[in-house]
Amino acid sequence: MYAQMVKSEATQEDPEKLATFQARIDAGEKIEPKDWMPAGYRKTLIRQIGQHAHSEIVGQLPEGNWITRAPTLERKAILLAKVQDEAGHGLYLYCAAETLGVSRDELTEMLLDGRMKYSSIFNYPTLTWADMGAVGWLVDGAAIMNQVPLQRTSFGPYSRAMIRICKEESFHQRQGYDIMMKMARGTPEQKRMAQDALNRFWYPSLMMFGPSDKDSVHSAQSMAWKIKMNTNDELRQKFVDQTVPQAEYLGLTVPDETLTWNEEKGGYDFAEPDWKEFFEVIQGNGPCNTERLAARNKAWDDGKWVRDGLLAHAEKRSMRKIAAE
Amino acid sequence: MSDDALFEFLCRMGDNTLVLGHRVSEWCGHAPVLEEDIALANTALDLIGQTQMWLGLAGEIEGKGRSADDLAMRRDVWDFRNILLVEQPNGDFGQTMMRQFLFDLWHLEMLKALSGSSHDRVAAIAAKSVKEVQYHVERSGDTVIGLGDGTSESHRRMQAALDLLWPYVGEMFVPDHIDAQMSEAGIAPDPGELRATYDARLAEVMTEATLTIPDSGFAHKGGKSGMRHSEHLGHMLTQMQWLQRAYPDATW
Amino acid sequence: MSSPNSAYPDTPETQTRPKRHEWPLWEVFIRGQHGMSHRHVGSLHAPDEEMAIKNARDVYTRRNEGVSIWVVEARHIAASSPSEKGPLYEPSESKVYRHPTFFDIPDEVGAM
Repeated sequence: MYAQMVKSEATQEDPEKLATFQARIDAGEKIEPKDWMPAGYRKTLIRQIGQHAHSEIVGQLPEGNWITRAPTLERKAILLAKVQDEAGHGLYLYCAAETLGVSRDELTEMLLDGRMKYSSIFNYPTLTWADMGAVGWLVDGAAIMNQVPLQRTSFGPYSRAMIRICKEESFHQRQGYDIMMKMARGTPEQKRMAQDALNRFWYPSLMMFGPSDKDSVHSAQSMAWKIKMNTNDELRQKFVDQTVPQAEYLGLTVPDETLTWNEEKGGYDFAEPDWKEFFEVIQGNGPCNTERLAARNKAWDDGKWVRDGLLAHAEKRSMRKIAAE
Repeated sequence: MSDDALFEFLCRMGDNTLVLGHRVSEWCGHAPVLEEDIALANTALDLIGQTQMWLGLAGEIEGKGRSADDLAMRRDVWDFRNILLVEQPNGDFGQTMMRQFLFDLWHLEMLKALSGSSHDRVAAIAAKSVKEVQYHVERSGDTVIGLGDGTSESHRRMQAALDLLWPYVGEMFVPDHIDAQMSEAGIAPDPGELRATYDARLAEVMTEATLTIPDSGFAHKGGKSGMRHSEHLGHMLTQMQWLQRAYPDATW
Repeated sequence: MSSPNSAYPDTPETQTRPKRHEWPLWEVFIRGQHGMSHRHVGSLHAPDEEMAIKNARDVYTRRNEGVSIWVVEARHIAASSPSEKGPLYEPSESKVYRHPTFFDIPDEVGAM
């Protein structure tokens, strides 16, 4: 997912406080920034919300790659509005993380020097216009699957950010599918592009949910804290079940020969993605890791004089105001 | 007033917003801070929307069945009628904001005048656009002031941006035979008449920004007439028009 | 973010980390429609209050959400302490007579 393999922190605190805290969560209460919380809860959330925010920001790049080449004015406007929303979502999430006592600039620096990660999916290239369709349809589709339940997460600011994000994101997947429909029903070349995009994005999309976590202790702690709402496998299954009929409607073939309907479980059996590739991408060896981080570093470094300049002006102005009073 | 002249005028308005909107959209994902990224995208979206209206009307007036997309995606450089200022590359963020402000200030005065156009459709497009551009000029003006009066580095960069772009300001105000026909028909103002307000407001902002307006009246020309664009425009079109050119039979 | 009654937790910024030169954090309040009160919608960063309002317009009203914007620097917000929840709010729980449903008015009197 946008936050993959977030390690949750073990907690050693006053058992009584911990029990009260857990009882509040179990009762469905929201935890607010100034409430007492275990240090591990705070740390895990900073890591998870931070990673989620970074994913939105780096996630601007693969789609931003096509804004200047969008085929019509309307497609250009829609894509631009969509990528702009990603920036907004990153902004909301950073603000949620900031209520936990970490600043946005600190989080940014941790992304830029590699201490924090972002979702593996954004290290894949967007090569044709059909990729704009596939990203919206599959990547946003997978993200929504995770984000909808996270609206009920226990941490108030995170939950509120998710509610806002889900409300805005509802158009993202639809615009992607809309592009796919045009492409799949277009000229033979367009159809080929559509199939090619599905071929390249299918397994990376499945990887978004992270490796199977049924044995993970961290995952159990995060689920008890309600900062993770479902297991990776549950969400992945749900995603496949939802997506396969949509691919069929487009007349496209999911690139998985083993894909079969399993009547007994009421879902599809499907091939696992190549987890070796996943770990390589996480380690920095994806097709675009270098470019993505370089682009974010450049934006940050080139922007320093702007941030400093506007702040210096604001400070001068407030000094002048004080002097005038 | 001929339909040809009106078509030409509408292309000028639409190509300005098309080309500048494209340039601003190039920033998406690369701006100095998230809030600016989002704000730049809003500006670009406004400009693209205005393009659809201006070029849409241009296509109707022309009467050859060309849509706004046809005009945007299927004309070559010599048929573009935008001023040279808007096709200049983004440069650093300061250069982008200076270009934006120099254009916005003219754009606002132009649209205000067009809101009272004798041509209802032109007046309607202008009335819708003027609200958007009012905000553009406030934002770009504030940013120019903030960076001009910021650190010594930001000041130096903003002065360099103004010096670089100043020779492209004059073209906005030089009238030609198309402008003459437009103002005679009451459709559009004589661009020369916008200069006094522009200069006054520009001087205010540059003073606050502690920047010096170059003491030169020289103006590059050739964009709005289409006679001689800069080399930059052609490269922009290779990106912007590529899909439409490579797959002419496709619908998107 | 570090005054004892701020809306956000005290950060350990002072001991372990030097003060950072960042754009301050602002809280944004938007009036959604005429006649409604301003509601907190989120936060953002800006160098000063004017840019904070402009940024709020660009960030939080992209979908026609507002007719009026307030911004206030986050460090200027004073917040009640969570441990005072009891004394602050519970006393009002017993004042049930402040609620209109406390009183039974016969149906034949009509709407009141």
